[in-house]
Amino acid sequence: MKVLVPVKRVIDYNVKVRVKPDQTGVDLANVKMSMNPFDEISVEEAVRMKEAGTAEEVIAVSIGPQQAQETIRTALAMGADRGILIKTDETVEPLAVAKLLAKVIEAESPDMVLLGKQAIDDDSNQTGQMLAALLDWPQGTFAYKIEKDGDALTVTREVDGGLQTVKLQTPAIITVDLRLNEPRYASLPNIMKAKKKPIDMKEPSEYGVEIDNRLTVVKVTEPPVREAGEKVEDVATLVSKLKAAGAV
Amino acid sequence: MAVLVIAEHDNASLSDATNKTVTAALKFGGDVDVLIAGEGAGDVAAEAAKIDGVRKVIHADGATLKARLAEAMEALVVPMMGGYDGLFAPATTMGKNVAPRIAAKLDVMQLSDITDVIDAETFERPIYAGNAIMTVKSSDPKKVFTVRGTAFDAAGMGGSASVETVDAPAGPFKSEFVSEEMVKSDRPELTAAKRVVSGGRALGSDEDFKKYIIPLADKLGAAVGASRAAVDAGYAPNDYQVGQTGKIVAPELYIAVGISGAIQHLAGMKDSKVIVAINKDEEAPIFQVSDYGLVADLFQAVPELTDAL
Repeated sequence: MKVLVPVKRVIDYNVKVRVKPDQTGVDLANVKMSMNPFDEISVEEAVRMKEAGTAEEVIAVSIGPQQAQETIRTALAMGADRGILIKTDETVEPLAVAKLLAKVIEAESPDMVLLGKQAIDDDSNQTGQMLAALLDWPQGTFAYKIEKDGDALTVTREVDGGLQTVKLQTPAIITVDLRLNEPRYASLPNIMKAKKKPIDMKEPSEYGVEIDNRLTVVKVTEPPVREAGEKVEDVATLVSKLKAAGAV
Repeated sequence: MAVLVIAEHDNASLSDATNKTVTAALKFGGDVDVLIAGEGAGDVAAEAAKIDGVRKVIHADGATLKARLAEAMEALVVPMMGGYDGLFAPATTMGKNVAPRIAAKLDVMQLSDITDVIDAETFERPIYAGNAIMTVKSSDPKKVFTVRGTAFDAAGMGGSASVETVDAPAGPFKSEFVSEEMVKSDRPELTAAKRVVSGGRALGSDEDFKKYIIPLADKLGAAVGASRAAVDAGYAPNDYQVGQTGKIVAPELYIAVGISGAIQHLAGMKDSKVIVAINKDEEAPIFQVSDYGLVADLFQAVPELTDAL
């Protein structure tokens, strides 16, 4: 199988997000950026498939600024074979991302596309599903387990209240959830090796996709601040306060 | 103007998430229809007809809709959308799976996880796990939403809408339902629970996590959660994780036991109504968001609290 893994460069999940005073967005200046944590899980899964012999080639693709190349290098250091960067400094909404990825897929013909279920910046949780719709491929979202079953894929999904197993014809779109695996740290020799792996540089126009965004951000604000409450002396006081507040 | 709401249910009973989604749809405006897609879901359709403010219930029943997989839902809903200006789905795993697929087929950008409807074009939604709130305008002619249930009150059950039956899509589809394994527990599901008790790294072991957290949760009829640190240390399973990369919860009561309150964790629970923190370290950041903080050794305080309730 040939596996395509889209990866996104986002604010590192440990960074405290600060809203800009002019309310146009969040402050990205001098902030540590990393690969979206859910995408690390999809890269890890693809690399494990390659190690197990079920995948022959793993391609990491990113859409973003020049620096998104570093995100692709991280995927290469984890074990992906080559990268594609579609370079743009614009904000690209999930629908446009899906349209660009659909073109990459047309050119590369993978058997499976593994995406993170959502990016931790805009929390949209839609790119994979949209991509499946545009290609008319089946989708296995929020994957907990992925097994190759002849020409089909058996995907166990995280659903509210439990797990659901579906069988998908290939080619298929899969989005991954937290429990699928624990991503590896790239070793130093692999980081060095990744520097020699090829990354194709592309522009959105080369795919004939016009990035037409549909949403306009009116403002981005801080969430309502939660005031610290009171410290209570002991358990008895806590219980009486909770009872008074109607919480128990 | 008219909008369609995709109902959340399990073929036997209607989920409260549907009523909350109807409230968001009513705030958007226009006639609100509710779609019950399922297999043997006649009782659910009858129940949905009682939701306040609903014009009619559309009931599609058949084997292809048993598990409401995205491919079959697309085949059912996309042809209906000619008659609607908006589609609302609850931000449940069903809604999140289905709605973006329909949005792409309609060539519109979905508005995910909305927490408020300002007007017919302007909406509010959390980004960065709720660390920022984005007000956003959509220029799409039809709008597709998923709705965060904790942000809207449930519509009442005093209505009497008509029920219209439509055919389920025939299939076969490129995806097929195989099986389902629901957690059999008397405890409520974490994201839907009214009360949550979460444990952190200070518990020190999985034995003590079970020994101290579970009895308190049982006493309160609460769901059990954990911090990422506790999950990473192996004290609790991964699906217990509350936080930015885990589950986002907003119960009436959240009790954080031995959790210091890393940003990661706070992002997943700070919208809870009442927050209680029990921690030995009085400088722990969790106390900055808690309504009631108890600086104490959890190994004494938690059993005492369990007994006192």
